[in-house]
Amino acid sequence: MPKLESIPDLEQLREVCLQSRDVNRPCLTVCAGSGCTASGAHDVIAGLKQNLEKLGLAQTIDVKSTGCHGFCEKGPVMIVWPDGIFYNRVTPRDAAAIVASATNGRKPVEKLLYQDPQTGERVLHENDVPFYARQQRVLFGNNGRIDPRQIEDYLRVGGYKALARVLGGIPGETIVEEIKKSGLRGRGGAGFPTGVKWEALRANPATPKFIICNADEGDPGAFMDRSLLEGNPHSIIEGMIIGACALGASTGFVYVRAEYPLAVEHLRVALRQAEEIGLLGENILGTGFKFRIKVVQGAGAFVCGEETALIASIEGRVGEPRPRPPFPVQSGLWGKPTIINNVKTWASVPHIINRGADWYAGIGTERSKGTMVFSLVGKINNTGLVEVPMGITLREMIYTIGGGIPKGRQLKAVQIGGPSGGCIPSSLIDLPIDYEELTKAGSMMGSGGMVVMDESTCMVDVARYFMEFLEEESCGKCFPCREGTQRLREILDRICAGKGKEEDLALLDDLGWVMKETSLCGLGQTAANPVLTTLRYFKDEYLAHIREHRCPAKVCKELIVYSIEPAVCDGCHACVQVCATEAILGEKKKVHEIDEGKCIKCGACLEVCQPKAVLVS
Amino acid sequence: MPTLKINGISVEVERGASVLDAARFLGIHIPTLCHDDGLTPYGACRLCVVEVSNSNGNGRTKMLSACTLPAEDGLVVQTHSAKVEKARRLLLEMYVATCPQSKTIQDLASKYGMRQERLAPKFDNCIQCGLCVRMCEEQMMAGAIGFAGRGAKRRVSRPFDITSPLCRQCGACLYVCPVCELRCHGSSAESTLCNGCLNFSTVCFQSYDDAMCFLDPCHACEVGGPFRSDVPVKLSTVKSAQQEK
Amino acid sequence: MTDFEPVQLEALLADFEETRESLIPLLQEVQTQYCYLPEFALRRIASKLSVSLTDVYQVATFYSCFSLVPVGKHVVQVCLGTACHVRGAPRVLDRMLRDLKLGTPGTTQDMQFTVRSVRCVGCCGLAPVVRVDNNTHPNMTQAKVRGMLKKYRSKEDRPAGEADEVDDAEARVHS
Repeated sequence: MPKLESIPDLEQLREVCLQSRDVNRPCLTVCAGSGCTASGAHDVIAGLKQNLEKLGLAQTIDVKSTGCHGFCEKGPVMIVWPDGIFYNRVTPRDAAAIVASATNGRKPVEKLLYQDPQTGERVLHENDVPFYARQQRVLFGNNGRIDPRQIEDYLRVGGYKALARVLGGIPGETIVEEIKKSGLRGRGGAGFPTGVKWEALRANPATPKFIICNADEGDPGAFMDRSLLEGNPHSIIEGMIIGACALGASTGFVYVRAEYPLAVEHLRVALRQAEEIGLLGENILGTGFKFRIKVVQGAGAFVCGEETALIASIEGRVGEPRPRPPFPVQSGLWGKPTIINNVKTWASVPHIINRGADWYAGIGTERSKGTMVFSLVGKINNTGLVEVPMGITLREMIYTIGGGIPKGRQLKAVQIGGPSGGCIPSSLIDLPIDYEELTKAGSMMGSGGMVVMDESTCMVDVARYFMEFLEEESCGKCFPCREGTQRLREILDRICAGKGKEEDLALLDDLGWVMKETSLCGLGQTAANPVLTTLRYFKDEYLAHIREHRCPAKVCKELIVYSIEPAVCDGCHACVQVCATEAILGEKKKVHEIDEGKCIKCGACLEVCQPKAVLVS
Repeated sequence: MPTLKINGISVEVERGASVLDAARFLGIHIPTLCHDDGLTPYGACRLCVVEVSNSNGNGRTKMLSACTLPAEDGLVVQTHSAKVEKARRLLLEMYVATCPQSKTIQDLASKYGMRQERLAPKFDNCIQCGLCVRMCEEQMMAGAIGFAGRGAKRRVSRPFDITSPLCRQCGACLYVCPVCELRCHGSSAESTLCNGCLNFSTVCFQSYDDAMCFLDPCHACEVGGPFRSDVPVKLSTVKSAQQEK
Repeated sequence: MTDFEPVQLEALLADFEETRESLIPLLQEVQTQYCYLPEFALRRIASKLSVSLTDVYQVATFYSCFSLVPVGKHVVQVCLGTACHVRGAPRVLDRMLRDLKLGTPGTTQDMQFTVRSVRCVGCCGLAPVVRVDNNTHPNMTQAKVRGMLKKYRSKEDRPAGEADEVDDAEARVHS
């Protein structure tokens, strides 16, 4: 493609892209995000292509791999255009049927359509699936429609229009004002108003200025940044160029964690394409504005999501945070003024420019504007990425979108915001989700991970899990965080083993408080949240472990015993085969028995037992 | 020159000074474990936290480390509020449990009225204040020691655990270390909290054997530091001494 | 390991600017090429970039992508993210360690496997997941562990590609 020399050139290219493709031409788009790839999306694509070749239709029907649709649980998912038929759990064996239906009267393949678990009805279109119906997909809307490796696709859906407008003569202060008016707040978790941050950077006379996209999505249970980078990298790039233009920055960085190889690959492809057609580099669209974006790969450290640690990591040092002030807008990368925003924050920018601050501010609650992306995972029927307006209630999230808890179990808690967040109990199910409400409940928005827990989840064990995580992931620089996480884990270990004392609860509370108040960075200040919130809402569960030496959820190994119910056991021998320690006795077709002395309580027998004869007490 | 308020007293300091400097100028003692006037402020021990509010007076306060906080116009600082004292006491409880053998830490604990130790003693040799690392790099210009690892596994170390040719055996690391400079014998086995050593004099050099000492061998105690391969670290020494009592 | 390595390292070094910022990308490249960070490489990098060895060592031991000891032929990453945790990942890890006769995550004696726990690979919808080399195995159970390991152990004896198909078919059978 030739380099674009001016803004009209861009519009002309968009026209060419639009005309080169007939919207009514059949197209099979298969999600090729990390989730669907793991479930075999590439085999499906190969299968579809093979079948088309066989029928000589390779030239009439397109096959396209797109970004993540968010409904990973049902992957691989695909859509047949132009009708927009949504198929889920597709296998290569289904390829022939799909191709046949796409060519022959377009009658959908019934068994691949989404089936509503409650009504049993088949759903034809993606938007009618209850999982999507309540969503407002501003950032993710295009993920399922474009091939992230093709800039043409992004241009076809109106990409880089906002950039053209900005370069067409919107002054920097107007853009910053617009962002401020939209009420956009940092999507990385803390929720600092983006416009205020931008204004502070503009006010700093020092040069050069740097902008950074924080894609170090370390929160376990959150994968929306990965999904957006993989599925629509150009939207992030466009946001960053607009930001650079408004703030007068000449270099941008995207800091991606190393665990996301596909995201890095797609981002690199997108950057190369943008550079090739002159949307990045010197003299962008002939306006004289220059800007470059570099990709920096993380090396595996959760703490690098903290902005000062991230800066240190880009500079080639260990990711240890430093005290603020000075804030990065005053002195950031190499001591220069720097802005760090999350992936979703950057990706929101073009939408705000295109549709106006008032439109954006019209979504959400009084103080939290716009849409938020959550990853709904754990013990829930529909797992995946969910984009909803701020202020939606937990009830809607879990029961309407998430489709409720599997196996008819009861909801116990929702862990929101990763290791910095907290566990919200089921009694707060009508809590509207926004920055303020979550903080009040002792949790935080974090990056939007939402892990649903049912009655079979032990809250003490969950708290201990997070401490184990943080003990490793704390950088270890400041004492309260390093030592506090170890001490909390030590005490929780004791409680999980049934050796806790009642005084331990006050100690947990004290240690949590001091970590919160005195730690150096956000990681340490929020590290105790999982402990403090479980202590606040699930004290009875702690007390059951301490006083009665009982784990109500039957999770803590030291407090449970496995046995086989003789009346139910059909002697199928499956458990004997999986038992790692030969602790299950009994011959085939005869009732089995567990030798308690040998049993290591790994639960393998429980997983394989069909008649459900294995009991945990 | 910035003017700020510390505990109700206005003070004017030179630009570039920290809140810790300003407080010291007023004669207010703020405890520190990782601060040394000749070294870059580090902000890791967190004992010097103070309560800070802005002069706009929205009532909200933040706890920040005084050593790294630039003294700026309009800051309102409380160095010994009830909240600050509580935080310091809890931090010291953690410190005593980590290194009960440090006289510096035991003294501070006594001073801040800590009367109870609820955590199990670790008898670590190090609180990772980083004084030795900064001393070696910034004052001795050697950079022979540094940190390694992360989180619970972070430690002061030498590359590949071999003494670096850059080490001149100057002993500056030992000199600044708050854990090994003076040894407290600890007290009864019931509690590692001593509270009796406020007037202790220097103890015998012999009890330096598991000090965080990077000299190999140590010139002062001639026993050998924890990195001497032929002399294993005697973490158990203090513990067994306590059990005997 | 052969004597050619330092030569390779020099070729690699030539691709990077001699600045502090190159340190982490350079270490990543060395890690990819050698599967670990050999001591000679760290020493060479320190002198080439004019960064003290102490600093290089600190960076190399701080980030979890780096390893100072050689890793096995296949790197098995067991995701212990929150979603995987509540869906039973710790039991999968325990089983894997027991099957490979490892006490804690590490490398097997025959240098075939290095088992690591990793905090979230971003496939939470398919929890629990295990990533072996570059393949992600969704919806893992203890029962699937042995077969999965066996497949990788004997991969070189089979025609290329065959092993993958078997596994993918198995993986798609959702519970």
